[in-house]
Amino acid sequence: MAGAPGIRLASAAMEKRVRFRSTWLPWALLAPQLAVIGIFFFWPAAQALLQSVQIQDAFGATREFVGLENFRRLFADETYIDSFKTTAIFSVLVAGFGISIALLLAVFADRVLRGAAVYKTLLVWPYAVAPAVAGVLWLFMFAPSIGIVPYALRLVGYEWNHLLNADHAMALIVMAAVWKQISYNFLFFLAGLQGIPKSLIEAAAIDGAGPWRRFWTIVFPLLSPVTFFLLVINIVYAFFETFAIIDASTQGGPGKETAILVYKVYYDGFKGMDLGGSAAQSVVLMAIVIALTVVQFRYVEKKVQY
Amino acid sequence: MVERRPVLTVLTHLVLILGVLIVAFPVYVTLVASTHTAQAIVQAPMPLVPGDQMLQNYTSVLIGTDAGAGSAAPVGRMMFVSLVSALTIALGKIAISLLSAFAIVYFRFPFRNFFFWAIFVTLMLPVEVRIGPTYQVVSDLGMLNSYAGLTVPLIASATATFLFRQFFLTVPDELAEAARIDGAGPMRFFWDVLLPLSRTSIAALFVIQFIYGWNQYLWPLLVTTQENMYPVVMGIKRMIAGGDAANDWNLIMATAMLAMLPPAFVVLLMQKWFVKGLVETEK
Repeated sequence: MAGAPGIRLASAAMEKRVRFRSTWLPWALLAPQLAVIGIFFFWPAAQALLQSVQIQDAFGATREFVGLENFRRLFADETYIDSFKTTAIFSVLVAGFGISIALLLAVFADRVLRGAAVYKTLLVWPYAVAPAVAGVLWLFMFAPSIGIVPYALRLVGYEWNHLLNADHAMALIVMAAVWKQISYNFLFFLAGLQGIPKSLIEAAAIDGAGPWRRFWTIVFPLLSPVTFFLLVINIVYAFFETFAIIDASTQGGPGKETAILVYKVYYDGFKGMDLGGSAAQSVVLMAIVIALTVVQFRYVEKKVQY
Repeated sequence: MVERRPVLTVLTHLVLILGVLIVAFPVYVTLVASTHTAQAIVQAPMPLVPGDQMLQNYTSVLIGTDAGAGSAAPVGRMMFVSLVSALTIALGKIAISLLSAFAIVYFRFPFRNFFFWAIFVTLMLPVEVRIGPTYQVVSDLGMLNSYAGLTVPLIASATATFLFRQFFLTVPDELAEAARIDGAGPMRFFWDVLLPLSRTSIAALFVIQFIYGWNQYLWPLLVTTQENMYPVVMGIKRMIAGGDAANDWNLIMATAMLAMLPPAFVVLLMQKWFVKGLVETEK
């Protein structure tokens, strides 16, 4: 939910002709919302900006203005650059697998005449599973010594150990994150597929195009706005909403190989007590979210029409 | 379907059934694990058919008689904390958003656009990117280990305000006109006309926000330090303490099942509104 903005602003120009008149009522109505976002949103965001240009001693007694020093240190820090790479690999894998699998299932579910609602119900519920619970479930299945999957893999001669092997750890969090996100992607693809006029498909069929050809020349291009929208949403998801999956399963391990950016903000700020560095990381993350939001509005708003 | 292709139809069902099975497998393993003794599970391979320890395991976690390596707080209490938090977040968001959307759509006042954009900006920044400073604010206000600390900061989000604003804009002007001619004030119009019309949007939003509230993890991890204020989703994590075999996996998995039930139940029960709400808030 959070970090997934996509509300159409095109209608911002739309206005009501009829209005009520009162000098104090609108302020009273807005007051609760403004109080909450003021105290818990704007104030902390301003603090993050402020702290990112300061250095604080470990006891919080003195603060010193240091300009962009925190940012310079951050980007000179190899572990931070590594965390960037980890996040990039992770989000590409999550978005790629999550979107492809969901598209495959949605295309087939759209073909089904009888039982479509049953399949939909059976595929939708993982949305309700908490990311942390998803992490625990997959951790249990893949636990090296007791898990059911490593046991099966050992039978075919493959040794699985995500506590030692960084690739295994990455695979584990990708699987858990994709599993959790498929239902969301599936619902959007299904809605998109049902919005494609049947006459187009029928016309192509009459012209002799088979299902495979129809999919690639008609359905897939018409779905591209949905696909692009989901791409942005999935990247945002992988960036910001998978903290719980990672903390519950690999905890950034084996070394730092699965410590994505959000995990590092938490770790440096709350375990490492480096407030300035953590705030600078927060500011970088904010910039990334804002950039993603702008991209989304620029392209999705324009292209979403069929 | 455009033409009859029996082979393709069989393939369609095969792919879908395979998809459903793969999606359901982790939960099946969890369910099975929650019905065995801890010893039965740690002997690889773990059994793949349900055992007979279901009642013992579930009562044991609910009242907290576990003496394992990790935390042994009663899960019944955690479920209650989760329920109160999720309901507060969902209903709180809906209430403050209905009011502010009403103000923005139906009144003209100074800085209206400024406030609109101020609320819009909050869409962009999830709690995850500003955890440090937000934690300090909550701590300074003495809200650690309280329901207020668990919920109020998460109410600060704009999604609901925008959904209601979009919806109010589609309500015919004639209704407000008629209310004004009949001498009804703005609040009367809000209660008697706008609120009943918004029922579907409220239901849709409730499902999504309830799940959002129930599934919170990072925020409770920061603001709760006492076991009696743990929500169940983070309580599970606290139960995992040692290496693979040192944990009471049967009890952890029973807790996982309990943590999944309420949101899954809400999704399945309110599926129609849920799908509507999801597609409309995000698009």
